[in-house]
Amino acid sequence: MESKLSQYLNRYSKEGCLALVLLFVAFWTILFSRNTEASGFLQSLIESRFLSLRNLENLSRQVGMYGIFSLGMGLVIISGGIDLSVGSLMALFGTVFFFLLTGSHSWIPGMPWVPAIIVLLAFSTIVGVFHGWLIAKIRMPAFVVTLCGLLGYRGLAQTMTHDTAIGYYDAKFGIAGLEKLLTGEILGLPAAFIAFLFVSSVVYYLLHLSVFGRYLLALGRNEQAASYSGINTKLIMGLAYVSCSILAAISALFFAVYTADVVPSIHGNFYELYAIAGAVLGGCSLRGGEGTVIGIILGTTVLLVLQNMVNLLGYDSSFSKVITALVILGGVLVDRFEIWKLVTRTRSNTA
Amino acid sequence: MRLLQLTRISKSFGPVQALEDVDLEVAQGEVLGLIGENGAGKSTLMNILGGMFPPSSGEILIEDSPVLIHDAKAAERLGISFVHQELNLLDNIDIAGNIFLGREPKRFGCIDQKRLHELSRPLLKNLGLPIDPSTSVALLTNGQRQLVEIAKALSIDAKILILDEPTSSLTLQETDTLLKLAQKLRQQGMAIIFISHRLAEIEAIADCVIALRDGRNAGWLGREEINRNAMISMMIGRELDEVYPKTEPPVENVVLSVKDFSTRRWPNGGATFEIKSGEILGMAGLVGAGRSELAQALFGIDESPAGLVEIESQSIPRGDVGRCIANGVFLAPEDRKSSGLVLEMSIRENMTLNSMKRFTRYLRIDFASEKEKTEVWLREFGIKAPSSEQIVGNLSGGNQQKVVLAKWMTLKPKVMIFDEPTRGIDMGAREEIYKAIAKLTETECAILMISSDMEELLGMSHRIAVMREGGIAGILDKEAFSEEAIMQLAVREDLATGA
Repeated sequence: MESKLSQYLNRYSKEGCLALVLLFVAFWTILFSRNTEASGFLQSLIESRFLSLRNLENLSRQVGMYGIFSLGMGLVIISGGIDLSVGSLMALFGTVFFFLLTGSHSWIPGMPWVPAIIVLLAFSTIVGVFHGWLIAKIRMPAFVVTLCGLLGYRGLAQTMTHDTAIGYYDAKFGIAGLEKLLTGEILGLPAAFIAFLFVSSVVYYLLHLSVFGRYLLALGRNEQAASYSGINTKLIMGLAYVSCSILAAISALFFAVYTADVVPSIHGNFYELYAIAGAVLGGCSLRGGEGTVIGIILGTTVLLVLQNMVNLLGYDSSFSKVITALVILGGVLVDRFEIWKLVTRTRSNTA
Repeated sequence: MRLLQLTRISKSFGPVQALEDVDLEVAQGEVLGLIGENGAGKSTLMNILGGMFPPSSGEILIEDSPVLIHDAKAAERLGISFVHQELNLLDNIDIAGNIFLGREPKRFGCIDQKRLHELSRPLLKNLGLPIDPSTSVALLTNGQRQLVEIAKALSIDAKILILDEPTSSLTLQETDTLLKLAQKLRQQGMAIIFISHRLAEIEAIADCVIALRDGRNAGWLGREEINRNAMISMMIGRELDEVYPKTEPPVENVVLSVKDFSTRRWPNGGATFEIKSGEILGMAGLVGAGRSELAQALFGIDESPAGLVEIESQSIPRGDVGRCIANGVFLAPEDRKSSGLVLEMSIRENMTLNSMKRFTRYLRIDFASEKEKTEVWLREFGIKAPSSEQIVGNLSGGNQQKVVLAKWMTLKPKVMIFDEPTRGIDMGAREEIYKAIAKLTETECAILMISSDMEELLGMSHRIAVMREGGIAGILDKEAFSEEAIMQLAVREDLATGA
């Protein structure tokens, strides 16, 4: 009879290993960014630049902002699809949001920030429904549909701004509340991180506790068998794209206000690839039907902490891409050969 | 004279013992019928003869001298020729090119087309196929393709010809031609090993019969002893009527009524039939007659251009799976691996995938009651697995099929459609599935059982409907049951009488 602990370890061994990698990278960074003038080794670690309040705050904000859209991407990948348009959507959503605040574009009326957020979320829902309809109902390949999105949405944003930047400081109505909401802190934590915790728990509930998640996993594994079980696979698949688009919009709000002005040609560039990388590193299979919320969060966090390490330790930042690539490749390789199982086997023997 | 003799052939793949001490012999000018259920070891034995892999132990004698068959080339040199079940011809080259594929006569390093065709002509003539060897294979019917396969097999100066299910894709007339050809080859002194599921063919042609069961010899019949019942009891190891459970005759009220129903494949099919409460309607037909298409359209997973479906006199819409399931119309599909189950998911998740409503409050899944219920069903349906958390892909075919049955039968079906419920499943699990189906007749359920297994149809059904070109060619009552009657209805009359 296996003990409860070893069963638990068995089920979450993948996530466990990823957490170990995360701890290792964090510790490495702490070690090499320690305060050499501090008295005592432990003290020098505590005073390291990694553990400085500013860095942690910065890091948690980033985890929050990247985490939100990565979770959306995770849902799409679990459904067996892909969304390449996320980064471009980020630029388009940011642009549209700022035009909503300023009213400086002829197509878009200016309005206070609360209705602006509502309009943006409605717009993102429409975009998601459009993707879902083309992919699930019309059966166009997700890769092609969202590749067109990748090109089209950024181009649209660039056209709207005449390829310049758009800021929000000349908003028609007061925006103090907006800034406070999106860039402020709650209980000492950045608002983006709090939002991320909230989104994570909602997605966790949907994916792991609700029928929607069960259907999504079944559909990702074997769409035909799912529809033979009477599941409305088109609806579920479409909902994955809708969720992805809405989460991209929420994330886009934080990014836009954080950067204060949106330059559509570079805003959110390659973010879809970071999201895919995070999800894949976190154990999502591009074949679909596989993935956990904890995994996606850990995968995204590992990538950001790696980035943070490169910045703090002054490694050549061009080289950081190579490191990131190697970590993802290594992670997927380990997963491919289920090397993490070896770790748990020895551990469950001792348990 | 004994041409080929196999003695005490055994073969194991890892821990699996596929063959154990199998003996077989065949003489010149003799047709040996080789029979056995799926997985009995026929293919393994023939693959050893064809040089695909060596036996673990045992001896192969040809004309009383021991031989080793390392590979397909060696088998060829010994005059052993193999016609596989699937047709392996290349569509894009002509008949002659196919016959001599890989052994083309050459001249100055190029294929000598003239000689190629000259060599092919007498082979085709011998088989009674009056077609020019430069004809493209794409233009041939299945029966003609099968003959080309045989021509290919004979072109290596074969002494022993192995025919593995040669008639499975042929029409009645084509089958007849093939059997006549086999007889002719026998007269020319060829030894033929004839593997078939169609026992009537074996009865018509074989000089003796060897049955295999679970990788062992299960009996031998000489010419006079060959008859259907003897062959079946050798294959399954007991009498036939012990296999199929007895069911009560159906009650008189009609549960399912289908009128002028057509499918996308056969838009003018117009199938009409009724199934009563507690009745098993078997459904026979050739491959391509539209049986699975009918099942899928009735279940609503496929669209249907026309027709009326009534459950207990209430008409239900076509092409709507959700409504069908809500009305108690369920389908255990033909291909359980791709349509019936999500192989990577657990037994529990598969069993409840079609009925999550039972286990959810608002959106949230009640894992405890889900687990509890599925453990009960696991025992009820005799699924051999340590727990319902087992991944379905790791189960045997029989246990997988039981998961499919449990998934639907626990939902109290009004109309249960089984499409090939026992395909590729061993005898033990099969009987359990038959029992489960028989138990369903005690409820007020109408059962439609599509099957290509004649014994199963004849043994389980109350009536048998025979499909042809998307429509119902005829419905047989129990008194009229026979393989011949079914085949007669399954094939178009004009072809059948022309044979």
